[in-house]
Amino acid sequence: MSEDKSILAAAVEKEYSEGFVTDIEQEFVPKGLNEDIIRLISAKKDEPEWMLAFRLDAFRKWKTMAPPKWGHLSRLPEIDFQDIIYYAAPKSDKDRPKEIDPALQETFDKLGIPVGEREVLAGVKPKDTVAVDAVFDSVSVSTTFRKTLAEKGIIFCSFSEAVKEHPDLVRKYLASVVPVGDNFYAALNSAVFSDGSFCYIPKGVHCPMDLSSYFRINASGTGQFERTLIIADEGASVSYMEGCTAPMRDENQLHAAVVEIIVEKDADVRYSTVQNWYPGDSQGRGGILNLVTKRGLCRGENSHLSWTQVETGSAITWKYPSTVLMGDNSTSEFYSVALTNNYQQADTGTKMIHIGRNTRSRIVSKGISAGHSENSYRGLVRMNPGAQNARNHSQCDSLLIGSTCGAHTFPVIRNSNPSAIVEHEATTSRISEDQLFYCNQRGISPEDAVGLIVGGYAREVLSRLPMEFAVEAQKLLSVNLEGSIG
Amino acid sequence: MDNLLEIRDLYAGIEGKEILHGINLTIKPGEVHAVMGPNGAGKSTLSAVLAGRPDYTVTGGSITFAGQDLLAMSPEERSWAGIFLSFQYPIEIPGVSITNFMKAAVNARRKAKGELEMAPAQFLKLLKEKMAFVKMKGEFAKREVNVGFSGGEKKRNEIFQMAMLDPVFSILDETDSGLDVDALKIVADGVNALRSPEKSAIIITHYRHLLELVTPDVVHVLKDGRIIATGGMELADQIENQGFDSING
Repeated sequence: MSEDKSILAAAVEKEYSEGFVTDIEQEFVPKGLNEDIIRLISAKKDEPEWMLAFRLDAFRKWKTMAPPKWGHLSRLPEIDFQDIIYYAAPKSDKDRPKEIDPALQETFDKLGIPVGEREVLAGVKPKDTVAVDAVFDSVSVSTTFRKTLAEKGIIFCSFSEAVKEHPDLVRKYLASVVPVGDNFYAALNSAVFSDGSFCYIPKGVHCPMDLSSYFRINASGTGQFERTLIIADEGASVSYMEGCTAPMRDENQLHAAVVEIIVEKDADVRYSTVQNWYPGDSQGRGGILNLVTKRGLCRGENSHLSWTQVETGSAITWKYPSTVLMGDNSTSEFYSVALTNNYQQADTGTKMIHIGRNTRSRIVSKGISAGHSENSYRGLVRMNPGAQNARNHSQCDSLLIGSTCGAHTFPVIRNSNPSAIVEHEATTSRISEDQLFYCNQRGISPEDAVGLIVGGYAREVLSRLPMEFAVEAQKLLSVNLEGSIG
Repeated sequence: MDNLLEIRDLYAGIEGKEILHGINLTIKPGEVHAVMGPNGAGKSTLSAVLAGRPDYTVTGGSITFAGQDLLAMSPEERSWAGIFLSFQYPIEIPGVSITNFMKAAVNARRKAKGELEMAPAQFLKLLKEKMAFVKMKGEFAKREVNVGFSGGEKKRNEIFQMAMLDPVFSILDETDSGLDVDALKIVADGVNALRSPEKSAIIITHYRHLLELVTPDVVHVLKDGRIIATGGMELADQIENQGFDSING
């Protein structure tokens, strides 16, 4: 018992290192949601008329919709959408509008996010360069390496800027993969989204560096509604990474994002997420409600899209990064590690919609549940009548730590083409006492042993992440599991 | 010279069933002791209790290791103090490479001593040296711990880990069972290489063969949870020729 206590104590001490609040002057729109608020957000962003019309259309659709209830998420509260502030932004310094506020600089430094280009200018590790779009509450505060990228014709900027500077591209692709009325939260996002990243890789261009977006929620009482749009034109390729954190608070905060990805003929997009939103405390108080729609369209022949996600944060996760395999011979993968501890609940998985001939998809899902958490895999593999010779292989594994958590699998397969092959495998296992003792006997402490065993279990997914991300993800798995064994 | 290990009047069991009924055993630095006995005698219980397996309960007696109360120490503390158990049935850890497993073990022990992590180059050198010692090929370091290993490979892996961690006191729990002559030689070489005036070992076995290769200082016969005889190699000979029943306490 005494050992239990010391492990628990360590967990409390080492809770959530990103949980601090930045003290910065911010401007807000009034609480609540109506057409006036939407007009106000649109006006603040100085948007063209078509953008406002898009938002208002989405808002009208949203009002007719109801939140989905099918997720295995008993702790998802009734959200009062009139009790949320839909726009919060750091006040910009009028004298130095082009520079990042020192308080924000400090915040991102503390989080280890390079929002400056200093390192590279000084000639330090130029090969590991990552271009970053840093989003703080409702606005993008910095996007690095834009000039370097622009030389290759790559557009990487905040969504707000894209609306103004590349309206043709935005109008062509916005809501082309996730329609405005796709689901309740996507409709809400379409009405109120504030910022996010926009990325366009032109024909035949291989993006010379990894692109990444970092989302930070800071203000209290607000929601974050980011919108990301990634387009890889014919023969283009890009690796894109996304990270996120938020302060520790007793209240729940809503995060309802939409990510759309378009992959044209012979193009290749690799999208990686390490989701580390504040998960709530050990009693289940507070934490982010992460209700997200992510979808990619493999539009051209031989296009490829891979999703890799490591989900360790959020009180509630409702998220299904999906791919529509439209182009013949297009391929997609979904690699996921979802870890829930304490009172976290995650309902996550993917949809692979096979339309084109010879399309291939692969799903590897690794759920890890500990504490009193609930962890569900929900997936759909659909083979349309035209998906001649299409193939899917799904592997869904669950790992249980302790006896008070739950793991669930809800796989749906719809095969309308006799030549298509769908394979599904699932396993459930526990970390055994024998494994723990074996590690302990070699001098590895119980906490480190759990981290090691879980890392091994998740290795197939972690190995897909870009190197720096993989190291970060491995650390997160260990930290978020502290206190989970008894 | 002080005793390295002192077991006094030890009673222990599992799931409410007492298996050891008063064990007394003293091991001095530099000594290798063999513990022989029929199935169900309590040999594995003894090794489990020494290593601190949580599902075993000690109901009486004491164990002193290098002057410390061993029973008050957690399994990893015992490991840091220099105790190594070669498992009778080594455990699989999927997805964790031998390299990462050993790195975690080596550095956990250094951390416990307040030392810095071993430099990667130094670690790799040590790893290669010890792999060569147990005649493991290069890809061994990348394999997942005990996953898909043959019986012989699992035992060699135990000896490899023992060599890596350089324990003061090793417990070999039927490490020789089911091994061919070559593998048995590797196990024996492993034990002999670790022999020094400071280091000791307990070899738990059914057979005389391994003992011929390592020549223990003392041989004990364990039966029905008690040590019924203590002597030299002549005891092992008697068991080999006439069986355990020929020995009466």
